[in-house]
Amino acid sequence: MKRARLLAVVFLGLVTVSSVLASVLAPAHYSHQFRDDPDAACSWHHPLGTDDLGRDRFSRLLYGTRVSLFLAPAAALISTILAALIGGIAVFSNKWAEQAVMSVTDLFLSLPWLFLVITIRALLPLNVAPLTSVIITFALLGSLGWAGAARVVCADTRRLCESDFMLHARASGFTGFRLLWRHLLPNLRPVLLAQFWISIPVFILSETNLSILGLGVAEPLPSWGSLLRELEGFSLLSARPWQFASLILLVATVSCFHVAMQSEEA
Amino acid sequence: MSTLVKCAARTLLVVIIAGFLGATLVRLAPGYGVAEEELDARLNADSVQALRDAHRDRGTIFSFYLRVAQRMLHGDLGFSDAMQEPVRQLIAERFPETLKSVGFGLSLGWAIGLSLAILSVTARSAAVDVGTGLLATLALCTPAAVLALLCVLAQAPGRIVIAATIFPKVFQYGRNLLLKNAALPHVLSAHARGLGRSRIFLRHTVPLAAPQLLAVAGVTVGIAFTTAIPVEALCDMPGIGQLAWKAALARDLELLVILTMIVATVTLVANSTAELLGKAAAHR
Repeated sequence: MKRARLLAVVFLGLVTVSSVLASVLAPAHYSHQFRDDPDAACSWHHPLGTDDLGRDRFSRLLYGTRVSLFLAPAAALISTILAALIGGIAVFSNKWAEQAVMSVTDLFLSLPWLFLVITIRALLPLNVAPLTSVIITFALLGSLGWAGAARVVCADTRRLCESDFMLHARASGFTGFRLLWRHLLPNLRPVLLAQFWISIPVFILSETNLSILGLGVAEPLPSWGSLLRELEGFSLLSARPWQFASLILLVATVSCFHVAMQSEEA
Repeated sequence: MSTLVKCAARTLLVVIIAGFLGATLVRLAPGYGVAEEELDARLNADSVQALRDAHRDRGTIFSFYLRVAQRMLHGDLGFSDAMQEPVRQLIAERFPETLKSVGFGLSLGWAIGLSLAILSVTARSAAVDVGTGLLATLALCTPAAVLALLCVLAQAPGRIVIAATIFPKVFQYGRNLLLKNAALPHVLSAHARGLGRSRIFLRHTVPLAAPQLLAVAGVTVGIAFTTAIPVEALCDMPGIGQLAWKAALARDLELLVILTMIVATVTLVANSTAELLGKAAAHR
């Protein structure tokens, strides 16, 4: 299991480094069109061929990886912070407020996730600049995906508050911010970190679903989701298996997140 | 009885709150009360003003809620600008298709997930364990929209994508639960007394897992409806998932909010039923 985890972490590291170095490793900019070479096959110049607009697929994959792999953790950070705040408020406020907060959490949990996301997404303009569309998509995922984590944080905070060491800390005169900063937060850190890591693959998959449906990242900016939209036009007769490169990378990366997390739990 | 009343009250409250939030979204959305015909360059200023007057909502936000609630209580769910049809008619036409897909996906997903979980626990083989685990991880790590695209390419029915998203969750949860129950002292004691493996499994391990599995059943209903959106949109199936996608692209918020409320109600009812059944099973 340790070996599987090590392999997963190494793979994730490699993918991250290559996406960071996208501007160095990529043969061309993600939006550059080789107008004489649309829909080209694999070659030295274009390792994964070009798409129907003549853009180098390998370059788009590297830049797309950067977008998905960096913004999913940002969304996970937003949702974890929101979960910590909301879970914390529920525990430290009075019973009525706690019930109200938990009811809102239940409401969010019972609303079907994708229905809620596309409803809010439809509220925002669809014809925005590509960079804005990326920020909107991931901010939306982060701000709507806190409910499950908030329940876990709330339960754990309550457990910690009732624990012996907190009682001892209170008896020793620790109160308010000091109690929170010195005793509660360090013990809550593993739960928050676990929620953060669990959210990353969820947000990567959600962005992919949204972008394939045309409600996520806008062209010409690539993301794993927008790259996979290309499969809509895939024909078994054309026999271009390299079009599946982005799918393989996505599945491998998300699997590595799962392997790394499972090993952590074990 | 009191649990039933509590569940019904909770569902009703959540639907009212969701409706209230949905109506707020529609009312505060940019472009609310603006007619698309206003963009027609052939219209003169008076015509544009007449159109604006016809579409403008003169009341306060509370009178808007009241009107929406009254309309809904009379069974009028409004008119979809994007689809040019009454919302009620659209839902009546498309909901059965989604129910069929969700029902098929849930049945198949649960059958595969539970079978694999039982196989993984009872076979006691590393190869089976790794094989089933890999299959579940692969399904869990592939987006539903990609599975739907692959179904289109393979000319397979899109409904199996719903099953493919349900089974890994059922498998993982079911397997962990059965393994935990198999290690309980009374199960170990039954083994020590020489009872048959299948008898122990059916009489002692499975009944203990039933309440928790029923709770998961409620959750999987929500997942199935969520998966219906990419499946119906990409496999061209005329259900409410496809309708929601079209409404999102056309920014038909009124239709989207009603669809979300309906699906939320179905999910809540499923969750509450699963909870009640789970409690009943636990009492036994």
